[in-house]
Amino acid sequence: MLKGRDVVSIRDIAKSDIELLLRRAEEMEAGLVAGTPPDSLRGKIVSTVFFEPSTRTKMCFQAAVKRLGGQILNLTSVQASSMKKGESLSDTLRIIDGYSDMVIIRHALDGSARYAADICAHPVINAGDGGNQHPTQTLLDLYAIRRMKGRIDGLDVFLVGDLKHARTMKSLLYGLALFKARVTLVSPQGLEMNPKVVEEVRGKFKAEVAESGALDLKQADVAYVCRVQKERFADPYEAELAQKKFMVTTESLKGAKGDLVLLHPLPKVDEIAPEIDGTKHAKYFEQARLGVPMRMALMAEVLGV
Amino acid sequence: MPGELVVEKIENGTVIDHIPAGLGLKVIGMLKIPRSSKAALLLNVPSKRMGSKDILKVSGKQLDEKELSKIALVAPAATLNVIRDGAVVEKASVRLPKELKGVAKCPNPNCVTNHERVEPKFGQEEGGKFRCEYCEMVFEAGELIL
Repeated sequence: MLKGRDVVSIRDIAKSDIELLLRRAEEMEAGLVAGTPPDSLRGKIVSTVFFEPSTRTKMCFQAAVKRLGGQILNLTSVQASSMKKGESLSDTLRIIDGYSDMVIIRHALDGSARYAADICAHPVINAGDGGNQHPTQTLLDLYAIRRMKGRIDGLDVFLVGDLKHARTMKSLLYGLALFKARVTLVSPQGLEMNPKVVEEVRGKFKAEVAESGALDLKQADVAYVCRVQKERFADPYEAELAQKKFMVTTESLKGAKGDLVLLHPLPKVDEIAPEIDGTKHAKYFEQARLGVPMRMALMAEVLGV
Repeated sequence: MPGELVVEKIENGTVIDHIPAGLGLKVIGMLKIPRSSKAALLLNVPSKRMGSKDILKVSGKQLDEKELSKIALVAPAATLNVIRDGAVVEKASVRLPKELKGVAKCPNPNCVTNHERVEPKFGQEEGGKFRCEYCEMVFEAGELIL
């Protein structure tokens, strides 16, 4: 049951709740396609509090609220708030919580969403906390994979790129392990997934997790690519080299399965060659669109409407 | 015996024994010792079990939960003797608690607990490791900042 709960980490959500969300997202999507989405959030106010840049996540949440007939309060940045005058994060959150039925937060500090959940009386949804978690991205990724491949369990899913810094990958690995996908982690040297995270999913779910330093996608049913987070590198040249080595091109897709699905949390920069966008494999724009019905489903479940 | 150091008995207080040699100074630094208390720290005491060990004797002092947790993180093999009226009334080994609240700081510099006024919390995982309840990173007990 998600009603009244905070959604801070994918680790907090039971598999049965994720399955419920996958079903409810299908209903929401059907409603959107038919032009008759439910007005479940009518009379509700949802605050989007983003202290870090975002295009998709913020606009996707805002679209989902509007599709459900709700209202949005939007805080854009520290610069545009009283925090610029020295107000603490906790005071800012208390004020926003008093105006809202739900708070959606993104912040650069790891654990900031849990902190917000401690402070706010209304449910808090984590839209990304530093390098830690991005649970709603994982929910939409699981929904996209199941929509595109018909299942998640038993699929060979390759996670490719900067697995050290990408919070989406950490959350997704956990979600894939929960659903018994076989995962291969492909990353440049030095950008590997935190071994403690890998150890945890292997131990907890008996998950099959392989690791590779080479971009070979022949066995993949799904390749999920993320960008090298250059802003987290001390030396931009090193970041550039790491990115070039792991760029997905038509060459690197030779020998890949015909129904390989390529996903990406976006924004993509240089990690997927532009010519890939037009191929049957490129599903990342559709993936981004599917975030709307999944976030509609999540907010409706959390608000119990 | 010639050359042997003699430390007087304490009437009321606590003796922390089996501290790994070299960690006694760290342990004494973690405790809130009243100004009126007498304390003796013995370093590199020969030990059959450990080879050598440190021992801390503090008069007029009972350890609280936070202090016990801190000692368990630094010296998990330490033992406690509670002394009343010159006699040992309680012997115990320190144990790592299931949950640490306000005992240690998170080693992750980007963790919200190192930036906002929030009490750090850790839950014990398998293998005696600890997970920060905020940033969710997992640490060995010895990695936590005291």
